[in-house]
Amino acid sequence: MLAFMIRRLGLAILVALTVSVLAFMLLHLSGDPAVALAGEGARQADIDMIRKAYGLDRPILVQYADWLWNILNGHFGTSVYFKTDAGPLIFSKLKTTLLLGVAALGVALLISIPLGVLAALYKDSIADRLCLAVAVLGQALPNFFFALLLIMLFSITWRILPVSGSGTWQHFVMPAIALGYYVAPAFMRLIRAGMVEVLAADYIRTARAKGLPAGTVIFKHALRNAIVPVVALAAVQLGYLLGGSVVIETIFALDGLGYLAYQSITFKDYPVMQLIVLLLSVLYVLLTLAADVANAWLDPRIRVS
Amino acid sequence: MAAPIPPVVAEIAATSPAPAAARPGWRRLRHNQALLAGGAILLLIVLVAVLAPWLSPHDPYFQDLAHRTAPPVWYDKGTWLHPLGTDQLGRDYMSRLFYGARISLLIGLSVALISGLIGTTLGMAAGYFGGAVDLAVSFLITTRLSVPVILVALATVAIVGGSLWVVILVLGLLKWDRFAVVMRSATQQVRALEYVSAAQAAGASTWRIVRGEVLPNVVPHLIVIATLEAASAILLEAALSFLGLGVQPPLPSWGLMISEAKAYMFFSFWLIAIPGSALALLIFAINLAGDGLHQWLTPEDKA
Repeated sequence: MLAFMIRRLGLAILVALTVSVLAFMLLHLSGDPAVALAGEGARQADIDMIRKAYGLDRPILVQYADWLWNILNGHFGTSVYFKTDAGPLIFSKLKTTLLLGVAALGVALLISIPLGVLAALYKDSIADRLCLAVAVLGQALPNFFFALLLIMLFSITWRILPVSGSGTWQHFVMPAIALGYYVAPAFMRLIRAGMVEVLAADYIRTARAKGLPAGTVIFKHALRNAIVPVVALAAVQLGYLLGGSVVIETIFALDGLGYLAYQSITFKDYPVMQLIVLLLSVLYVLLTLAADVANAWLDPRIRVS
Repeated sequence: MAAPIPPVVAEIAATSPAPAAARPGWRRLRHNQALLAGGAILLLIVLVAVLAPWLSPHDPYFQDLAHRTAPPVWYDKGTWLHPLGTDQLGRDYMSRLFYGARISLLIGLSVALISGLIGTTLGMAAGYFGGAVDLAVSFLITTRLSVPVILVALATVAIVGGSLWVVILVLGLLKWDRFAVVMRSATQQVRALEYVSAAQAAGASTWRIVRGEVLPNVVPHLIVIATLEAASAILLEAALSFLGLGVQPPLPSWGLMISEAKAYMFFSFWLIAIPGSALALLIFAINLAGDGLHQWLTPEDKA
């Protein structure tokens, strides 16, 4: 187990470092970052000044090392647009996005567990096919379009939820649904497949033969085992949800990391943009690391392979 | 030797179908409702896209400022002059919808092609050679998976500038991971089969074995992944364009149409409902056809 964890940790660090190079290189995509920072129609003198001020005249390797060293030491640079320290700015928004991600995950599980169990119990029946149809249909609905439909329904027609903002829990309801429904089909398929497999196992037959109530067999014996792979998927999907929050947070003007990312991109606030890309990547690396360690702990076969 | 690929990723790969032994049967095709229905809708959309110049009632870019946000024909004030109404600039909505199908299909096809080429090459190399190659490719996959696609695509388009080709290129270069993961494990499975050893023993070159023995056996997976990736690329383009950092106006991208009509949706709901439904129908058709193809091409693991 220890050897596995050290190997896995080493890989995570290596991946995080590679991603940091990518995040750093984003700014250099345009060719000359000084021109990009100065904006359109800037005078040559201003561009030169920016190049000097941001240290862009140094060799690129030095710039990268300096950037990474500063971040590792807690110096996250300054936001070009908000004119504040980028670190506190980003971490103050992280809570909202994490909350949204967890809420969206909750929505996804709330939809997928009952449907997945139902589809597995009545395998190949009309109910099963209906669940599959719902999954395929749900996957086809673009989440930004679904978000607009929710606004039309809950905010315009029924007037029960606020259109945008991030003050109260009501502000999170529609974003969480709009973000969460999209990953529900993946969970549903996994739970269905797991339940079908588990329900055919001997110990379920034994439990049934003992005369245990159907509910106990299904939820206490079967679902408990079928849900193990869902935990790993949940960790990975949470990473996806954090990235996907850009679109949803922007629509609902929910003041989180995704909305900040959108703002930083449109305002050409590159230091903030790079940091968010780096932060979300590192979060994903950490989540998969946690999922893998949890998996290895649950399943000894993974450790030795 | 085992690659350092995280078990989570390996799990996704493991759920990929085993290589198809049997040839797809034409007889079974008749019973494959998913493939037939999905294929039929998809064919219809492709026809509309190809025949857009002849099917469209108007020029999709012509602004009839006297007839702005005219409702579709099924509304009280709708007329057959503009069957799906006009947008906020008086452009015929049906014509824009038809031409928009071209953009979505082009995106889906090109992105699947580019990412498929990258992912298949990497995945097959890793699966066939194993060892250091596998290690390197697995590392690339793991790294790629940890990069938030939407965010990096948005940032790249903002920095480089938005155009149809930039979007295609960015998505193509970002979305090869699923191809690589599945091709890697599929190739590993085929490589262990006896006829590959036989070909090696007979002195066939690596290129010949990969092309003649391995590739034909992994093609079913390739097609299934390609449909999934095409659908996901179309959705991503729509989301990027919706945020204003994808395809640029006045091109009639469906995502862009929703974005431009967003401010009018309270009074003219159909302005977002029509392109949104078109997008959902297209993705639904591709996914349905993909599911059907999966069942048809790899019958033995019909779970």
